[in-house]
Amino acid sequence: MTALRDLSIGVDVGGTNTDAVVLDESGTVLAHTKRPTTDDVTGGIRAGIADVLRALGDDRSRVSRVMLGTTHATNAIVARRQLDRVAMIRLGAPAATEYPPLIGWPRDLADRVLAGSAMLGGGHMVDGTPISPLDRDGILRFLDSLEGAFDSVAVCGIFSPSSPDQELEVESLIHAHLGSDTPVFLSQDIGPDGLLERENATVLNAALRGVAYEVTNALVSVVAEEGLDVATFFAQNDGTLMTLDYAVRYPVLTIGSGPANSIRGAAFLSGVENAIVVDVGGTTSDLGVLVQGFPRESTLPREIGGVRTNFRMPDILSLGIGGGTIIDPATGAVGPGSVGHRINTEGLLFGGSTPTLTDAAVAAGIDVAGRALPKLSAAMRSALGDALGVARDRVEEAVERLSLGRVDLPLVVVGGGGFLVPDGIPGSSEVIRPAHGDVANAVGAAISLAGGRAEQISDLDDRTAAIEAASQAAIAKAIQAGADPLQVAVVDVLETSLTYTTRPTLKVSVKAAGPLSRLAATASAY
Amino acid sequence: MAQTRLPARTSERITEITIDDIAAFGAGAAIFGTGGGGAVYSAQLMVENALREHGPVPLVTVDELGPDDLVILLSGIGAPTVGIEMLSAKNQVEDLVAEVERLAGRPVTTVMAAEIGGGNGVQPVGWAARLGLKVLDADGMGRAFPDAAMVAMNVAGVPCEWAVLSDVVGNVSVMKTIDLHWLERHARALTVSSGSICIGAHYPLTAQTARGAVIEGTVSASIRVGHALLSASEPVAAVADVLDASVLLTGKIIDLDRRTVGGFARGSVTISGTGADRGRLQRLELQNENLLVLEDGEVLASVPDLITIVDAETGHAITTEMLRFGQRVSVLAWACDPIWRTPRGLELAGPAAFGYDLPYAPFEGAAR
Repeated sequence: MTALRDLSIGVDVGGTNTDAVVLDESGTVLAHTKRPTTDDVTGGIRAGIADVLRALGDDRSRVSRVMLGTTHATNAIVARRQLDRVAMIRLGAPAATEYPPLIGWPRDLADRVLAGSAMLGGGHMVDGTPISPLDRDGILRFLDSLEGAFDSVAVCGIFSPSSPDQELEVESLIHAHLGSDTPVFLSQDIGPDGLLERENATVLNAALRGVAYEVTNALVSVVAEEGLDVATFFAQNDGTLMTLDYAVRYPVLTIGSGPANSIRGAAFLSGVENAIVVDVGGTTSDLGVLVQGFPRESTLPREIGGVRTNFRMPDILSLGIGGGTIIDPATGAVGPGSVGHRINTEGLLFGGSTPTLTDAAVAAGIDVAGRALPKLSAAMRSALGDALGVARDRVEEAVERLSLGRVDLPLVVVGGGGFLVPDGIPGSSEVIRPAHGDVANAVGAAISLAGGRAEQISDLDDRTAAIEAASQAAIAKAIQAGADPLQVAVVDVLETSLTYTTRPTLKVSVKAAGPLSRLAATASAY
Repeated sequence: MAQTRLPARTSERITEITIDDIAAFGAGAAIFGTGGGGAVYSAQLMVENALREHGPVPLVTVDELGPDDLVILLSGIGAPTVGIEMLSAKNQVEDLVAEVERLAGRPVTTVMAAEIGGGNGVQPVGWAARLGLKVLDADGMGRAFPDAAMVAMNVAGVPCEWAVLSDVVGNVSVMKTIDLHWLERHARALTVSSGSICIGAHYPLTAQTARGAVIEGTVSASIRVGHALLSASEPVAAVADVLDASVLLTGKIIDLDRRTVGGFARGSVTISGTGADRGRLQRLELQNENLLVLEDGEVLASVPDLITIVDAETGHAITTEMLRFGQRVSVLAWACDPIWRTPRGLELAGPAAFGYDLPYAPFEGAAR
């Protein structure tokens, strides 16, 4: 007899906590847990998954999927940990030679990551005309000069997102020269136009190869230790999932997955498709916008560890407002410092001496864990009241900014510090506090679809053909990421017109997403 | 609003531009962009890189130019969407200036920005560093304008007899055009065939022709404004102080209306006063740059005077395409250079030049 294989485990590895949830096919949360994140990552994942499996008991055999959302790659960049050495090749000289690769990077990170770089002949103009002949000998000479003192190669050709063939040719050339096991990363797979930002993202991606292996292995080994027969996925920046193979190849695409998951999770738990979402943590509040069930994406370059990149990231507004935010009663300053996880010893509510926003909320009458504040001076009481007002104003302003003037959007509040957000927020239609909001990240990981994005530059006259071509490519990428070929669909089309061109020219960017393929091959194993 | 004391360096004469000035220069040039002028980020990177390699660049005034000095305007030209991908070549500006020197029959000694607003205001400093040239503490607009004909030298009647363009692959083109309208037309066509982005040199000037025909002091003003902005505890007040500008209103954006008319991004933004300005409402008309400020049906300030929207907290300029509903902003306005207030100046860049049937009323800086 075929057992039901209808459960998914979502795991979110945050900087402080690792959350895990179990969802059934109807989306009911069957189990959830919060564990401290461990230095080796595996420990926290192991503890979280063990907790929810224990809660499931015999039903553990119904689990068919494990989805992991992690900020591990982000943390590795910020902390400069475990980064690989990258040989960077840019194609397009003499164009762009005024801007050498990694210009603008923090020096210590560039020194840590870059094994060497070369700006060589190749690349294309916006209309596909070659800038200069591809310098094949130059590429081989450059790689030989490094004498193997690198772990991987990053290749970035000018206008490669719309003229991809040359980067592919260079990949073959490198494999023919150094062997096919040399990891080569192409910029066309990583980001859109914006040479320096795409190049930066490609180098970061290449540098994260080892980190990606560590975290994917962590998941694989925990799954093996627990004897689970499941498919494993990673959450990516746009709120969709990718397979493990894909995550190993594109670790940079996990960097914005934390906020994306919390937005998707908040949407799912609250049942709304269009909303503003605020995730209030101990140190920051992250606000994002939910559009038709997906996080709205940022159109601006973003910085990661001091490096400017332009791959698709959720449009997130981070405020220095959280449950642990420190209040200075002398100056009235609110933050930006936070006691973070030390709130349990340092906050007034917990017998410490540092006034925080949690204390301010309790002073204003909110009940937290049945605890009571010590007796406060009138001055302190008034400082706490003012601080809470400042925090609420900042949240209100952020909600207003993100809503772009739409006042009919609900505000969905998730995260441990959600009590800081009052019920009436001007600029939103209602405030929703869904059950299990404190594990929204892990829920977001568990419910995700698989997705892909592709871009195309074309004549305005060929607009329809360009959208069609980009759609096909985006759908192919979504399927590669694990989407069911029968259910994958285009979910977003962006069009931008280009100026100073011989003919009216258009850039189209298409995103496709779909539910994960059914696990027919393993579904009847029990 | 309280006056903020400015750092000591703002009262000193700036005689050279160092790497430590560039972040300030970028922030200041963005303020002079009056909502336009384009991105300064990649320009800033290039200039810092060039100064790191070649050291500081001398900054000279028109008065300090000698009979042997030849000044040339340098600027990037083309599509911003292409400019973020096909960046300039290392020899591109060298090739350009070599051709300029051949045409002029003598060496170029000094470079000047065509417009001080945005990235085009910042880049010439990096090129000067690479070429070993001086930078003139001046520019052609004193701000950003959308049309090459809207330059002070054109107001002053200084002819532009030729212009040179260089592209990323090494092509150099010389245009001997009869006026700036033909120059703009030819430069566009050449830029398109060069892959939609070029560096241009035009308007060769001498000590004699530059006097009274350029907007003086704008490089040092941008650097001062930027330093004030980056170091002050009340950035908006500090910026207003250095610019001798008025804060017309502090409030939040409650409406944005953007439309494309005749190839330009036109629109308006409505700001509702907060704090001391509660109850007041201002509307700004935009076309790439900020053109007019209206309150109660009255024009408070208009082109060619300068109007910039800044973030009310950080003081950083917000370009027209970056305006968003709900932003907390301050509206700054200050008087333009007198050259723009001449009949010829107003003909080229007054309200009528942008299609407004309005008389020009000089902005004198008196806040309402």
